[in-house]
Amino acid sequence: MRKLLPFLLIIFTSLLFIARLFYLQIVDDTYDQVSMNLAVKKIYDYPQRGYIYDRNNELLVANQPAYDVMAIPLQIKPFDTLALAEVLNISKQRLQGQIRKAQIYSPWLPSIITPQLTKKEFASLQEVLHKFEGFYIQKRQLRDYQTKHGANFLGYIAEVNNADLEKNPYFKSGELIGRQGIEKQYEELLRGERGVKHIQRDKFNREIGPFKDGVFDTLPQKGADLQLTIDINLQAYGEQLMENKRGGIVALEPATGEILALVTAPNYDPDELVGRKRSRNFTKMYYDTIAKPLFDRGLQAMYPPGSPFKAFTGLVARQEGVVDIDENFSCNGGYTYGRHSRMGCHAHASPVNLISGIAHSCNSYFAQIYRRSIEKYDTPQEGMDVWSNHMKSFGFGDFLGYDLPVGRRGRIPDAAYYNWAYQYPTYKWYATATLSNAIGQGEIESTPIQLANATAAIANRGWYKRPHILKGIDGNQLKDSLYLAKNHTTIDEEHFEPVIQGMNDVYNYGTAQFLKVPGIEVCGKTGTSENFIKIDGERVQLTDHSIFVAFAPKDNPQIAIAVFVENGYWGARYAGRIASLMIEKHLKEEISRKDLEKWIMSHSLEEEYVKPYSGEPFKINQ
Amino acid sequence: MPKTLLKIDWLTIFLFLLLVGFGWINIYSTSVTDVEASWLDFSEIHGKQLLWIGLSLILIVLILALEAKFYQQFSSLIYVAALLSLVGLLFFGKTIAGQTAWYSFGSFSIQPAEFVKTAVSLAMAKYLTGINIHLKNFKHQIQAFIIIVIPMFLIMLQPDAGSALIYVAFIIPMYREGLPDFYLILGILVALIFVLTLKFGFYYIGAVIVLLMLLIYLFNRNKKPKLLKYITVALLCIGFSVSVGFIYEQLQPHQKDRFDLILGKIDDISGKGYNTYQGKVAIGSGGWSGRGWLNGTHTQGKFVPEQHTDYIFVTVGEEWGFIGSTLVVLLFVFLMIRLVFLAERQKSNFSRIYGYSVFGIIFFHFFVNIAMVLGLFPTVGIPLPFFSYGGSSLWGFTLLIFVFLKLDAKRMEI
Repeated sequence: MRKLLPFLLIIFTSLLFIARLFYLQIVDDTYDQVSMNLAVKKIYDYPQRGYIYDRNNELLVANQPAYDVMAIPLQIKPFDTLALAEVLNISKQRLQGQIRKAQIYSPWLPSIITPQLTKKEFASLQEVLHKFEGFYIQKRQLRDYQTKHGANFLGYIAEVNNADLEKNPYFKSGELIGRQGIEKQYEELLRGERGVKHIQRDKFNREIGPFKDGVFDTLPQKGADLQLTIDINLQAYGEQLMENKRGGIVALEPATGEILALVTAPNYDPDELVGRKRSRNFTKMYYDTIAKPLFDRGLQAMYPPGSPFKAFTGLVARQEGVVDIDENFSCNGGYTYGRHSRMGCHAHASPVNLISGIAHSCNSYFAQIYRRSIEKYDTPQEGMDVWSNHMKSFGFGDFLGYDLPVGRRGRIPDAAYYNWAYQYPTYKWYATATLSNAIGQGEIESTPIQLANATAAIANRGWYKRPHILKGIDGNQLKDSLYLAKNHTTIDEEHFEPVIQGMNDVYNYGTAQFLKVPGIEVCGKTGTSENFIKIDGERVQLTDHSIFVAFAPKDNPQIAIAVFVENGYWGARYAGRIASLMIEKHLKEEISRKDLEKWIMSHSLEEEYVKPYSGEPFKINQ
Repeated sequence: MPKTLLKIDWLTIFLFLLLVGFGWINIYSTSVTDVEASWLDFSEIHGKQLLWIGLSLILIVLILALEAKFYQQFSSLIYVAALLSLVGLLFFGKTIAGQTAWYSFGSFSIQPAEFVKTAVSLAMAKYLTGINIHLKNFKHQIQAFIIIVIPMFLIMLQPDAGSALIYVAFIIPMYREGLPDFYLILGILVALIFVLTLKFGFYYIGAVIVLLMLLIYLFNRNKKPKLLKYITVALLCIGFSVSVGFIYEQLQPHQKDRFDLILGKIDDISGKGYNTYQGKVAIGSGGWSGRGWLNGTHTQGKFVPEQHTDYIFVTVGEEWGFIGSTLVVLLFVFLMIRLVFLAERQKSNFSRIYGYSVFGIIFFHFFVNIAMVLGLFPTVGIPLPFFSYGGSSLWGFTLLIFVFLKLDAKRMEI
């Protein structure tokens, strides 16, 4: 027994040690990371974020340096707090608070004390910084906007938050990420690849040379420069026209699907979301739930498209062969389709056929041919689905797949929708129940970009290319087949000519005859859409939205455009004027009709917008 | 001499060389700052250690050249000389970091306590082989303890609690030679109650003691145990548990902190617990195969104080990983088993007792040092045999082992 003691001791001790080593080295991996953090310092080398240009190579977004004041709490020696606070232009309490926060975060890792000093602030700090041990400057890039326009699609960059960090392990705390628009959509192209140097440190945080002779080090890769399809002059002009109004303009190049202008109003100067003022400004805009400046109305607002939709109703009726081009329908101020059911119409010449029906925007005509299109089939369900598919082939009712991070589906109802709404088969429904669809009211909703895209499809006589905003990367033209492929509609090419003629006649003798663009054959369609909001739980009708779609020239179209002006009343009043000016601007660059331009720029709808919030009774459509 | 070389235990020498060699490789890693520098630079730690290793070869030759009988016959004299060397420190010693443990000779220093272990081992062996000496006898037990306690006391004067603690190791040879079980049980009980009381407090531990005694009493009921005996033991245990608080208060503040840290009562990784924490981090980052020689970021960054001396095992853990660390543990295991085996084959009691002393001392160093580095034992400043930087330590262990190897080589003659 006594001889056994040494062996027991040896075996017990060695097993204990090996088990403990196994635990520390293999099982528990927290120490590994701690060790890397303590002993190896990673110095990141950030490349320039890519520049952004417009379609004419005009620089829109560049970079400017900003300077973060950093500190490593363990290295801070006692210093004159007041003096530093003064140079940093913050209060002494705030400085002390920031240092405490840094201490809590980590005593030996750098923390930001004051972010994003400007060049000027940095200059005065640089002279005295050596007096404050433990503090140093970290340079970083901020966006430098060369334009005041297009904030909605340019987006902005901001520091990553915890959600980003969890979602994407690439990011480190304190780095910048694109938040909206192009910056978000093409984040990975724009940011490039950061370089990293591994520096080994000793316990005093002194650098003792590269870690493993720098085999893990990388060089930064510059971010890609992006060229947009946007024409910044057209964009700026559109924003100017939309001042004091709410709504959106989307202008596309029909042949390519390139977005020429993407206007939302109200908008803001992109520079407001740069650097230290970003947080304050963003909060202000975020909580403006009435004007919603952060809401991109061109992409996100769903409106009933109204009369422009008649063009599509007409195309479907022709494709389904339920009406001849010359077939006349009389309009007696409306269309009666049941004992107590009547769709009203405004005063215009009667009778009308397809072409003059579009020109005069006759409700009765389109209600009847719509009804024929549905009733051609044995059941309304069948007819509804055929009609719905035709409409969806124009890009209505779904995200278009453009390269911007926000959007809405819109809505094109189908048989399933009405079966659900009318509780079929308990109750039956017929084409007449859905008659409002014919004139773009009822269940139909679309975003401005969907309407512009569908207009481009008419301009192209039957196809569209997916709208997109990226034209080139680092000087190379975009070759993404997603955006180069033609998407054909379900309507045969020959049916487009009469509809286009009708849209042309809108300018010749129809609803927009006073908006003719001199020297250009424009095709357009007015729209006036009823809209409602809820005030204190009551459905209240507001002044109609003013809507207009157009493309020009009639042959070889260069631009297709959709304009929505909220509560602008009838179509030609605001939207038609704006569309007309935009087309002239794009095709001729010079505006010949200065009085028209002046009218738009001097008219404000702000009064209209405060009506429902005034708490007093108000009248609409004045 | 040639006969000695034939009969000497080459396996032990082989293990010794492996440990010393691997130890130096690790010292080199903690010391080198510039790879281009010469490994022979005697102004650097690794250069100095290499010099010590070279000189220890001469020491080995001297040890082996002396007659085996010399160690036995002169052991009393050696013991007295060793004690005098400790007393001398009080007058001529050099103070480094608060400990007067060194004789200084120009650019290098000698720590006599490292050599005293050999002297005490020899003295113990000599005493226990005396005529009619028996450890069952209380008087002899006391006399044996006195041999140990005198150097312990002198070392405590330096003060160097760690080096003094090592003399507990002599329990091992004494137990082999007949020291009653009682002492072993007493030692374990005292340590257990001390630690547990510190951790959980007196009330809890008191209750556990009473319960345990009751259970043991009931379990042994058939043997008609004396109730009084159980009550006495329980009262003594409880009494000790009560006095733990008082004993604890007598410790130095830094010693108290070391207990509190290991028991998890304080958590201060940047102050009092810095050393232990950094050591754990460095070892933990080693993984399976380590970061590679000269590539340990903690080692190269010199995050762990005393990494070339008491914390040398941290380097092994970080740069050689689980595989390397386990290998070192196993090398020690082989060495210790070999020493016990050699001790048991001795014909003379003197050699056996001495062999056991060698095993006991190496085991205690091994146990206390690595347990400390792995965070299983309070910080105690004693070196890891053969590994830690330091000439005195290396020579001390060289002396300890090779005297035994000489005795072993001559086991047929003594």
